[in-house]
Amino acid sequence: MTQSEGAGEPTRRDFLYIATGMAGVVGVGSFAWPFIDQMNPDASTLALASIEVNVEALEPGMSLTVKWRGKPVFIRNRTDEEVAEAQAVALDDLKDPIARNANVADGSAATDIDRSAGEGKENWIVMIGSCTHLGCVPLGQAGDFGGWFCPCHGSHYDTAGRIRKGPAPTNLPVPPFAFVSDSVIKIG
Amino acid sequence: MSSDHSTYQPTSGFGKWIDSRLPLPRMVHDSFVSYPVPRNLNYAYTFGGILMVMLVVQLLTGIVLAMHYAADTAIAFQSVEKIMRDVNSGWLLRYMHANGASFFFVAVYIHIARGMYYGSYKAPREVLWILGVVILLLMMATAFMGYVLPWGQMSFWGATVITGFFTAFPGIGEPIQQLLLGGFAVDNPTLNRFFSLHYLLPFMITGVVILHVWALHVTGQTNPTGVEVKSKTDTVPFTPYATVKDALALSIFLLVFAYFIFFMPNFLGHADNYIPADPLKTPAHIVPEWYFLPFYAILRAITFDIGPIDSKLGGVLAMFGSIAVLFVLPWLDTSKVRSAVYRPWYKLFFWLFVANAIFLGWLGAKPAEGIYTPLAQISTLYYFAFFLVILPVLGLIETPKRLPNSITEAVLAKKAGNGGAAPAAASPETRG
Repeated sequence: MTQSEGAGEPTRRDFLYIATGMAGVVGVGSFAWPFIDQMNPDASTLALASIEVNVEALEPGMSLTVKWRGKPVFIRNRTDEEVAEAQAVALDDLKDPIARNANVADGSAATDIDRSAGEGKENWIVMIGSCTHLGCVPLGQAGDFGGWFCPCHGSHYDTAGRIRKGPAPTNLPVPPFAFVSDSVIKIG
Repeated sequence: MSSDHSTYQPTSGFGKWIDSRLPLPRMVHDSFVSYPVPRNLNYAYTFGGILMVMLVVQLLTGIVLAMHYAADTAIAFQSVEKIMRDVNSGWLLRYMHANGASFFFVAVYIHIARGMYYGSYKAPREVLWILGVVILLLMMATAFMGYVLPWGQMSFWGATVITGFFTAFPGIGEPIQQLLLGGFAVDNPTLNRFFSLHYLLPFMITGVVILHVWALHVTGQTNPTGVEVKSKTDTVPFTPYATVKDALALSIFLLVFAYFIFFMPNFLGHADNYIPADPLKTPAHIVPEWYFLPFYAILRAITFDIGPIDSKLGGVLAMFGSIAVLFVLPWLDTSKVRSAVYRPWYKLFFWLFVANAIFLGWLGAKPAEGIYTPLAQISTLYYFAFFLVILPVLGLIETPKRLPNSITEAVLAKKAGNGGAAPAAASPETRG
């Protein structure tokens, strides 16, 4: 680029030009990074808080909303009809056929059992109550499929929290959780 | 243009001394006193000046409001109520600031519509136009972040929905959203940074406004005929002609502004924002402020997948695209004629575009269901067709009316038609 005319050999000025330029690029980049990175979630936010919730009082057909990582988490003790309804849905009818459950293998099919708390706890469902469209909180036991309905932009979820109709792209995600006893759920 | 009309003659000793060192008085004189403007400018051309005043109003009220506001989720809502109840004149300052944002957008939309009607974006004013679109984008970002600060329900959920746009982008979306929020959901870090940026952006707007005015003074203003200034008789000096006209229009504008502040200060807001933010409960009906409604309607109109693009990403792309298309407007319009006055078909499509934009705004405030969705889809289609189909094609097939040879000729012809009643330079162009 800045080779002195005629001579094919790079000069000392060429070397200094390139070396200074490269140092400048690296310098500006490394100087800018802390200014950008400070915006990322900080250590206290990242500390994966876990909470324990007592669900003893939840009779079938009752729900509880708790706050976890700043977002609502729905805990619902589903009625047998709701479970039956969700189990009867063919996987081909689902807009998002993936379970989106942190507690089962990635990519598992969105069957009702893999959306719920699992064998023996099929009635229990725990989901992050943040619409996968743009993050509003869906309303419970509403919408065309008797599950959840997001009032913001009209997404309908079924009784297993699977997206059935509307602009949301994926099922409501299931956070990592476990029953630590018969009546206490640990989320996170 | 800016150098060949300098008539500044410093008279005092100090004036001569400073003129040969830092000729700031000369610059002000040349830009706002002797600056030649087309003699046929109408009231649609007064909104640039109005916008400058609104920017100053927002800066002044905002700076003093920041003296009383606390950007912490625990006390933000109360601090705003404190401004309303305890701070001396706090209610007035806050209502000026909140309604000021709305009136800022009223003025900017009229300003943009004027630019589109008279073809102000065409060569050689492309850079001037693009800087204007940059200002619009900065205004939108500023207004959005400002609306979050009172930490009411609409603040919180508006922030959730709008930052949620970024999650539509596969892969990079969620990291970007977390970078913007400083967490997994809208929370204290979000409020803090939005306050910081809300304070910063108006000064960036001021910087771009300076470039915008600079570019304006290089090319000179357009005028309702779209014919460039050719001789000295085509222009009048900025002061007193444009100054007085701008001042009168500004006074009327501020009168309406004041009416809103004193008699209907919450008319343009949402009652839900007087409920403190609750991360567990979404208001039944989330709507953005009125000035974002047309874009919100476009976002919601895309309810279907487009090839590999799902409806969520499609909506977000359409919404961003509705602004982005403005950047290339100067190259989409193929017509050599600037002003809609001489383009009968363009005039028709332009007013349809305006009506369509207002209709989109109305749809944006309606729930996304039933008949509203197909209507919004048709409206969105026209919005994009106007820019991407009608403008390029119309320039090739439309037969424009005969253009006047000069601004002076147009003004004199008009005066003859009006029986010479209209005073020069102040004769308002009849609307479209």
